[in-house]
Amino acid sequence: MRFQYAPAPESSSIVDIRSSYGLFIGGEFVDAKDGELFKTINPASEDVLAEVTAAGASDVDTAVAAARDAYEHRWRDLPGRDRAKYLYRIARLIQERSRELAVLESIDNGKPIRESRDVDLPLVAAHFFYYAGWADKLSYAGFGPEPRPLGVAAQVIPWNFPLLMLAWKIAPALAAGNTVVLKPAETTPLTALHFAEICRQADLPPGVVNIVTGAGETGRLLVEHPGVDKVAFTGSTEVGRAIARAVAGTRKRLTLELGGKAANIVFDDAPVDQAVEGIVNGIFFNQGHVCCAGSRLLVQESVAEEVLDALKRRMATLRVGDPLDKNTDVGAINSAAQLARIRELSDAGTAEGAERWSAPCVVPDKGFWFVPTIFTGVSQAHRIAREEIFGPVLSVLTFRTPAEAVEKANNTPYGLSAGVWSEKGSRILAIADKLRAGVVWANTFNKFDPTSPFGGYKESGYGREGGRHGLEAYLAR
Amino acid sequence: MRAEARLPVRKTYKLFIGGAFPRSESGRSYVVTSVNGDFLANAALGSRKDVREAVVAARKAFPGWSGATAYNRGQILYRVAEMLEGRRDQFVAAAAVDAAIDRWVWYAGWADKLAQVHGNANPVAGPYFNLSAPEPTGVVGIVAPPDSALLGLVSVLAPAIVSGNTAVVLAAEERPLPAITLAEVLATSDLPGGVVNLITGRVAETAPWLAGHLDVNALDLTGVADPDLAVTLERDAAENLKRVRRPAEVPVDWNAEPGIDRMVAYLETKTVWHPKGV
Repeated sequence: MRFQYAPAPESSSIVDIRSSYGLFIGGEFVDAKDGELFKTINPASEDVLAEVTAAGASDVDTAVAAARDAYEHRWRDLPGRDRAKYLYRIARLIQERSRELAVLESIDNGKPIRESRDVDLPLVAAHFFYYAGWADKLSYAGFGPEPRPLGVAAQVIPWNFPLLMLAWKIAPALAAGNTVVLKPAETTPLTALHFAEICRQADLPPGVVNIVTGAGETGRLLVEHPGVDKVAFTGSTEVGRAIARAVAGTRKRLTLELGGKAANIVFDDAPVDQAVEGIVNGIFFNQGHVCCAGSRLLVQESVAEEVLDALKRRMATLRVGDPLDKNTDVGAINSAAQLARIRELSDAGTAEGAERWSAPCVVPDKGFWFVPTIFTGVSQAHRIAREEIFGPVLSVLTFRTPAEAVEKANNTPYGLSAGVWSEKGSRILAIADKLRAGVVWANTFNKFDPTSPFGGYKESGYGREGGRHGLEAYLAR
Repeated sequence: MRAEARLPVRKTYKLFIGGAFPRSESGRSYVVTSVNGDFLANAALGSRKDVREAVVAARKAFPGWSGATAYNRGQILYRVAEMLEGRRDQFVAAAAVDAAIDRWVWYAGWADKLAQVHGNANPVAGPYFNLSAPEPTGVVGIVAPPDSALLGLVSVLAPAIVSGNTAVVLAAEERPLPAITLAEVLATSDLPGGVVNLITGRVAETAPWLAGHLDVNALDLTGVADPDLAVTLERDAAENLKRVRRPAEVPVDWNAEPGIDRMVAYLETKTVWHPKGV
């Protein structure tokens, strides 16, 4: 028998969304000097949530100046133990307000509450807690006896994990003694603005954290600002390239966490049920809006049919719909533009001759939705095997030998992550050695932890976030 | 009857690509003179195609060199020091060659320590084994410093290859001869062909091909004296997101202990997770 699910929505009354938000500069919410207003919407309903400010050139100037002032007078020379205490305070405040932030994240981003509540928010708090402890121990981190901060960090983050990416950027920067100007993504600015309130509740000195909202132009103004010492960007490889060009010839330090096209390799001795869970988690977690998503399934030919049958059975149980419903597995696509891109690439998959199969399910009338989909019969030349789709679309390829699996897995300009499924330890270690990717998940996938460095090889960017390695991006020797 | 003074056999200075010493495919050469302006040699004037051949050789050598054990790479770097010691009379600057030999020895010892110093066991909050280890980034393009033709060259080359990267080096333009003699040392040190490739010639002509090459993973601009050229090269390198080391802000003291920066610059960190369970 099949169970019927009654709706189990999380209440949105826990979060108080204002009708409009200014910029957070120098510890205050301020109106833009030369910016315009734009609207952020709920992608599950297309309802307008709030009006947000697009910071212009003079706003970015003001924010960078505020960060500089805070760096020189209130943060750089603060004892590490005090920087630590501020970060611990922030971690605790996030824990205290985590349900509110999880609901807000799901409303603005479209991700299921189960994920924002159980994955994003716990990791956000853990990240601040982890880096808090580093603030007074930097000389033990292996970057010289007296590592120094860099100065003002310009940080531009994507829309797929808005608050988690904020934590990945701000926590190590502040621990190391830098101050920041952070620009959240255009479509998901709200949790960053609520984080600004948390900075105020923590009595964080004004100007240590500044939040400027806006689209690509605001981001460009920020990373190209001459008053910035460090640029950290997470987003598309295309924009990453442009930033790398823009900082050429400056003394700005740069770290980039960009796109991916991860191979998830399933060998014939893998436990099929566990592998299927891993495949589903790898590509349908967060609607596939994950740079390290396992978007290419490489399955050994001898077990391909068995694995695909099990995968389709499992996909048929995925619940797509209201992000605030606690039973929802796959939420809304973040924006109309992203939905259009997923559709374009999926259509290209069909046009190029791959076979498409989508999970049987009904999606709401309003909002942006894409049903979990797999393509079989995919060749390495197909666009869906080469380009990052950033949606719930899996391309399935097969292989016969371990060498062929490695060859196909590495046949991409990206190198962010990879997965290996096998019961044979020596095989896992040998394959993991050969994969040119920054994170290798063996018999698991899409696991994150503040102590674990994350970042890519090749065109997936450079630098690491998380762990001891993550400090390096914010320290001068 | 007095025996006539023996007429010495002179050396032909060529490129070093894939373990062989070819002339430039372009057939060109340029005159290298001493500080007094005396003729020393006709060095090969490397071309775009030479750079490309060198990148192909470096890529081909990468799996073997990066897959060698750290102990093996360490012994080979130490062997370079041994061979250089035997040829020290071929270099004009005795102090620099002594320092260069010692630098090879210093880096040789890093081969099997880098992963311990730069890697990490990560205590994740869950039942997982989680280990971060450094790996070489791939093919590194290096513009060697013009101010220190041997010690400077060794100081930028050794940190790139000790971890398993392979290299394409553009030798100091005005003083290429020590670099070529070093290549002859490398060729007799059990260093696999292609791990180090050396191009002599005009940096302004060849460096852009290295910076724009999509099969090069990192670029060391230490030796680029022209700031405008350095900016152009860094911009070109963004096309495939090469790891770029910019020219130093202040002149480098090549005699100082180098630290691990230059090794770390060409490392990737790979983090492997595996569940724990019975």
